[in-house]
Amino acid sequence: MSASSTAEVPFVPKTKVGRITDFVDERVGGSGILREFGRKVFPDHWSFMFGEVALYSFVILLMSGTFLTFFFDPSMAETHYTGSYTPLTNVEMSVAYNSSLNISFDIRGGLFFRQVHHWAALLFVASLGVHMLRVFFTGAFRKPREMNWVVGGVLLILAMAEGFTGYSLPDDLLSGNGLRIIDGVIKSIPVIGTYISFFLFGGEFPGTAIIGRLYVLHILLVPAMILLMIVIHLFMVVVHKHTQYPGPGRNDGNVVGYPLGPVYAAKAGGFFFIVFGVVALMAAMFTINPIWNYGPYDPSPVSAGTQPDWYIGFVDGALRLMPGVVNDFHFEYIIFGHVLTLNVLLPALVPAGIIFTVLFMYPWIERWITKDNREHHVLDRPRNAPTRTAIGVAGFTWYCVMWAAAGSDLIATHFHVALNDVTYWLRTLFFIGPIIAFMVTKRVALALQRKDREIALHGRETGRIVRLPHGEFIEVHAPLDDYKHYKLVGFESPSPLPAEPNEHGVVTPKEKRRAALSKWFFEDRVAPATPAELEAAHGHGHHEAIESGEEHKSLSH
Amino acid sequence: MGNHSDGSPNHSGTVATAGQNVVEKFQDPGLPPHRLRLADTDPRAAKRAERQVAILFGISVIGTVIFLVSYFAIDLGQDSTIATIRTQNLLLGLGTAFAMLGIGTGIVHWAKALMPDHEVSEERHAIRTEEDRQAAVRIVEDIVEETGIKRRPLIRNTLLGAVALAPLPALAVFGDLGPRPDNTLAHTMWAPQDGKLKRLTRDPDGTPIKASDVTIGSAFHVIPEGLNELQEGKLNAKAKAVVLLMRLNPDDLTISKGRETWSYNGIVAYSKICTHVGCPVALYEQQTHHLLCPCHQSTFDLTKECKVIFGPASRPLPQLPIAVDAEGYLVATSDFKEPVGPSYWERDEHERLINS
Repeated sequence: MSASSTAEVPFVPKTKVGRITDFVDERVGGSGILREFGRKVFPDHWSFMFGEVALYSFVILLMSGTFLTFFFDPSMAETHYTGSYTPLTNVEMSVAYNSSLNISFDIRGGLFFRQVHHWAALLFVASLGVHMLRVFFTGAFRKPREMNWVVGGVLLILAMAEGFTGYSLPDDLLSGNGLRIIDGVIKSIPVIGTYISFFLFGGEFPGTAIIGRLYVLHILLVPAMILLMIVIHLFMVVVHKHTQYPGPGRNDGNVVGYPLGPVYAAKAGGFFFIVFGVVALMAAMFTINPIWNYGPYDPSPVSAGTQPDWYIGFVDGALRLMPGVVNDFHFEYIIFGHVLTLNVLLPALVPAGIIFTVLFMYPWIERWITKDNREHHVLDRPRNAPTRTAIGVAGFTWYCVMWAAAGSDLIATHFHVALNDVTYWLRTLFFIGPIIAFMVTKRVALALQRKDREIALHGRETGRIVRLPHGEFIEVHAPLDDYKHYKLVGFESPSPLPAEPNEHGVVTPKEKRRAALSKWFFEDRVAPATPAELEAAHGHGHHEAIESGEEHKSLSH
Repeated sequence: MGNHSDGSPNHSGTVATAGQNVVEKFQDPGLPPHRLRLADTDPRAAKRAERQVAILFGISVIGTVIFLVSYFAIDLGQDSTIATIRTQNLLLGLGTAFAMLGIGTGIVHWAKALMPDHEVSEERHAIRTEEDRQAAVRIVEDIVEETGIKRRPLIRNTLLGAVALAPLPALAVFGDLGPRPDNTLAHTMWAPQDGKLKRLTRDPDGTPIKASDVTIGSAFHVIPEGLNELQEGKLNAKAKAVVLLMRLNPDDLTISKGRETWSYNGIVAYSKICTHVGCPVALYEQQTHHLLCPCHQSTFDLTKECKVIFGPASRPLPQLPIAVDAEGYLVATSDFKEPVGPSYWERDEHERLINS
């Protein structure tokens, strides 16, 4: 009806705002956009907020970073400090460090913005990491979202690069030593390492070019790439629509949640201010990166207990764990007159390489093993995919061992244990930690599945103890309502998929390997309870007795 | 479509769940009934929630005022102290935090308590329909056909060649990012200049060190004479030349062949740059005669010519040959006999160069 009337009489806005809106709408087609997205449904769950935290931290980083660029000078020219922080008065330092001190002490709000920027950066990488863990453990990376998982992985690498370049800019003692470590790692690269080092630093370390170069990367190139990746990431979220947790009424063909306007937009929009508020609170109360305590960069001193920012920790920890000499075997040796320094090269590249390779390839690995080419929009509860969950925890444990190793000296001093012992233990855990984590996690997941099955079949424990006429005590179990019950039984539990012959009737060795992996993946499984099993459970003598007992009791009330 | 194991839009024949469909499954009971909140049924509760939201927004206003007042009222003039800056930082931060949290919690409370909380179910649509795919294939075929690129391989091949080569200048222009390494890493400032041996001086003030100043058990951070007077490249020179000087009981030292003249009376000098990745090896354990790198805990045994006894380093710290000049000051008799610092591809070549 309204469509025909608008066709006859052109719409004429009545108010001034209406006229402006109509003017814009006629030229950009806003109505169509609003019609498409205004009521778009978003599922709701607290674990979906990690990605939001990352996005909002990035917005905070852009805002606080812009403020900092107005005052920061990335020059490595020498100067003498004359600012208001008296302990450093007249100390020789680079202009970059000098301007960082001025931002901290002589520009009103500068210290606050520096702290907001640094805290937000730590939060940005942390929330990215937790978000990726959530996506992994719930199987959200499965078709059709494999490529978006890869974009997320690229974002994690970019975020680490962005963090490290920013961390180095103040040219303080701590970050300077960090750069020196990077230089040492780069020099260990065979054939081209020395050249890369000279090209990066514009000559010998530290030179006078590196801060300016990192500055351009930090404020232009890397943020632009991050922004591009975020746009791609969110575009794909719109294309795919959000995943949802399993539950009654939710399936792969629908999306259940709140409409974008008003509830979801209000919650998500309000959450930005909450994230900003929390970051501001941390910046107000907790000192981060007090560069004035470290002093300007000087190649000679170093403070004990030096730490990189947390997200670089796992690489630094791997560097610490690697022994340079085992008995009389040196990991550095000379081949054809050239030095191959494996004691640096291996720990710097191999663990990070393995982590990111497996991370990027995992969706395809699982897809190959399961031969599952269906779209998945309903998430897995981690317990319902025991092997995947165990793989994830094993990887996470491996990462954490390396990360802990970056603080081996602090562990030793805080817990009064020998530094060497800490290193020996962590070296051991580096190898057996993931294996233990895998086994324990898989058992825990299976146990939780069994618990779910038990509750689905026999009801929940009510805490009510009943004495039967013949003197036996039993606890009354109450059946769940249909909705809670469905949550415990409404999942699929794949069983191993045996090797299948290809179109020529041949079972290829690759297919045999796939079948072996499938067996490893799904051999230990707890199937969801079925209606027949529930029937059987209820037909059990005891339960009848309890239920009739209950009935009897309720009648007598 | 009801249950999620086979509810996908494009159901392929390859289903991972062998035998899964045989077993009867529970039916999805559908969305649970909607439960009303207190504010939905009780107008007083709704009014209360409304007031709470308004109070939260009010707190935000107070936060903004706190920020503005502490920005303008606290002046970071010449007489300001660290305490002033701390106070201002705290107030600016708390102001911002209240301003933001007030708005944020207010909006979220509003959404959760007052906005409709009916969950809605929306159909998912196929990301790609077969119809679209066929249409897209036809379009691409038409485009390819109209360019004639298949019929004219000469154009295709020359274009590929041109496009492949065109980025080369973009790589070439980075050729001046840094100089070629050449032999710079092989040398340090310790090489005698015009026949004059360099004195060992204290870091950072550059005063020379007399052998008699170095008592047993003491350690000095050392830089070469003339470093502080450098106009250019001071940090580059320092990054290679820093040295640790220690004196031990001469009996404790194991001295290998060829190094007999490198120490003086139990006084030894070693490069301070770790052979692992280049941190300064700044910690000297006087009792055990161990040198420890605080970055990655490489440990070197001073009594065994700084052999690696723990940690990730693989090579001993290079030793600086020292002696005493006519006035009793410590001097370096030559440059290091090997490149200092972390290993690099050409390092062995450079070592041979130094010793030839």
